[in-house]
Amino acid sequence: MKILPFFIIIPLGTAFLISLLAKKIKNFGDCFANLGTLSLLALSLYSTKLVFAHKILVYKVGGWMPPIGICMVLDGLTSFMLVTVNLVSFAIALYSVSYMQKYTDKYRFYTLFMLMLAGMNGIIITGDLFNLFVFLEIASISSYALVAFGTEAEELEASFKYAIMGSVASSFVLLGIAFLYSYTSTLNMADISLVLAQKGTGLLVSFVAVLFLMGFGLKAALVPFHAWLPDAHPSAPAPISAMLSGVLIKVLGVYAIARIFFNIIGINNISLSMLMFLGVVSMLIGVILALAQWDVKRLLAYHSISQIGYVILGIGLGTPLGILGGVFHLFNHSVFKSLLFLNSGALDYALGTRDLRDMGGLREKMPITANTSLIASMSIAGIPPFNGFWSKLLIILACIQSGRIIYAICAVVASILTLASFMKVQKYAFFGKLKERWQDIKEIPVFMRLSMIVLAIICVMGGLLIIPLFKPFLQSAVDVLLAGKGYKDAVFGAIR
Amino acid sequence: MCLVLFCIGLYCVLRKRNIIKIIIGLGIIEYAVNLFFVLIGYRTHGRAPILAKDQQILNMVDPVPQALVLTSIVIGLAVTALIVAIAIRIYEKYGTFDITKINRLKG
Repeated sequence: MKILPFFIIIPLGTAFLISLLAKKIKNFGDCFANLGTLSLLALSLYSTKLVFAHKILVYKVGGWMPPIGICMVLDGLTSFMLVTVNLVSFAIALYSVSYMQKYTDKYRFYTLFMLMLAGMNGIIITGDLFNLFVFLEIASISSYALVAFGTEAEELEASFKYAIMGSVASSFVLLGIAFLYSYTSTLNMADISLVLAQKGTGLLVSFVAVLFLMGFGLKAALVPFHAWLPDAHPSAPAPISAMLSGVLIKVLGVYAIARIFFNIIGINNISLSMLMFLGVVSMLIGVILALAQWDVKRLLAYHSISQIGYVILGIGLGTPLGILGGVFHLFNHSVFKSLLFLNSGALDYALGTRDLRDMGGLREKMPITANTSLIASMSIAGIPPFNGFWSKLLIILACIQSGRIIYAICAVVASILTLASFMKVQKYAFFGKLKERWQDIKEIPVFMRLSMIVLAIICVMGGLLIIPLFKPFLQSAVDVLLAGKGYKDAVFGAIR
Repeated sequence: MCLVLFCIGLYCVLRKRNIIKIIIGLGIIEYAVNLFFVLIGYRTHGRAPILAKDQQILNMVDPVPQALVLTSIVIGLAVTALIVAIAIRIYEKYGTFDITKINRLKG
């Protein structure tokens, strides 16, 4: 019960202390940031245990009763997302210790990083709609700043584009909140859902749903709104690309869409088919655009669009199997996509270039990077023993089960194209002949290796999450979405 | 009227080529949303809901949107400050505010 606020207090406090002290004390930023993410990871793992025991926990901020005061809610979906976010951010904080050495202001990087983490944890854990908007802005603003961190011409341009589109998206979300408030005169998520159930949903609520879909869809980079992502993600420093692609677009986009559409507004067939259609379109367009890329990070960024399409398709199916597949793919994608971005960062660190045509034969020189990236590539392409295969299989099976054969075929095609484009990465970067100019490159420092190995192990073991022993972890997240409007009863039940 | 203002801002962001004009458009969008939020809480002849000992307030405006708008103005300030800072750096690097000339990222 009392641990809930710590998910926001720890990253905020770390950010504050690092910005205050890290300039004076050497290595303070490194140690403290890693300590912070480690404790967050431990807390989020502990929170899953609490969810098994209590189902749902509500913390009343300042002791005010929820419809008036703000509350924080911990349920299956929340704790699942918390584990995903904090796991990835721990690996990334470990990686940045060595990688960020080449930038001058390392402690500012950690400050912004922790602020972004605070924003994301806040979005996940809050039970209040306006509070969600505030945390959304905290996470977005720090990510705009992080994209521009290198202050080179391309980075600034990408950051400007991202900031403009992101702010317009936030305005749409705020407008949606304003309309919803004028209709229900409350901001608490559970209470809104209660009022909507009593008052009935009219045309206004559909309009609000469209506004939210536009706002959060832009944050999630679904296809008509995806233009900022291929610029912003490659321009950021590698750990931040991993963070943005790995978890930020999922928390700001997919989690918010799932929570609002399933638990607050309530889903119907129209919104479900809209989500599915958007998912399939982004899946195909993302992967087709990715095929033509030569810049490693840009290629990965297009794949993020495509994989987010899978997640949205799975969740949009609305069947238990589909949601299970979508949620599982969300976890898997955040692990292997962060790993791939860290790999590309390692290549950048060692070689100083990101163009695939300049590489070749690096397998001998950088065995750990090569092997971890092979594992991640096979996971994302859906080769059997790795985690990506199981989640894609679940999504495709769910498509067939609900009679949407065309979508299933699209998913298979996108998966094959993904495989093709990652064959290209592997072939050009790691196999083939070593070029003259790369004769004396070295493997990357130990912290970067360590974090890549950790993520690679999770990639291999991730498939085990669907065996009965670990399934409750995913299942409790699925149950929350399946319960739909039952969310309000659960929250109000926990308050009393 | 707020929606008209919103659309003017959106037009400004989408159609203008000058970076500074785009930022101003963003500001217009934010103000449109804020104005809309305040007007939601407005009641005719309402007054501020301040509790005092010997007063009975019968007709008051809704205080919640005002509190929310205060937060959102602060957020808007942060975003604008950041974007203007980025715009200055862009001008240093490219020597122009015209977005059609700032196009090194393609593909």
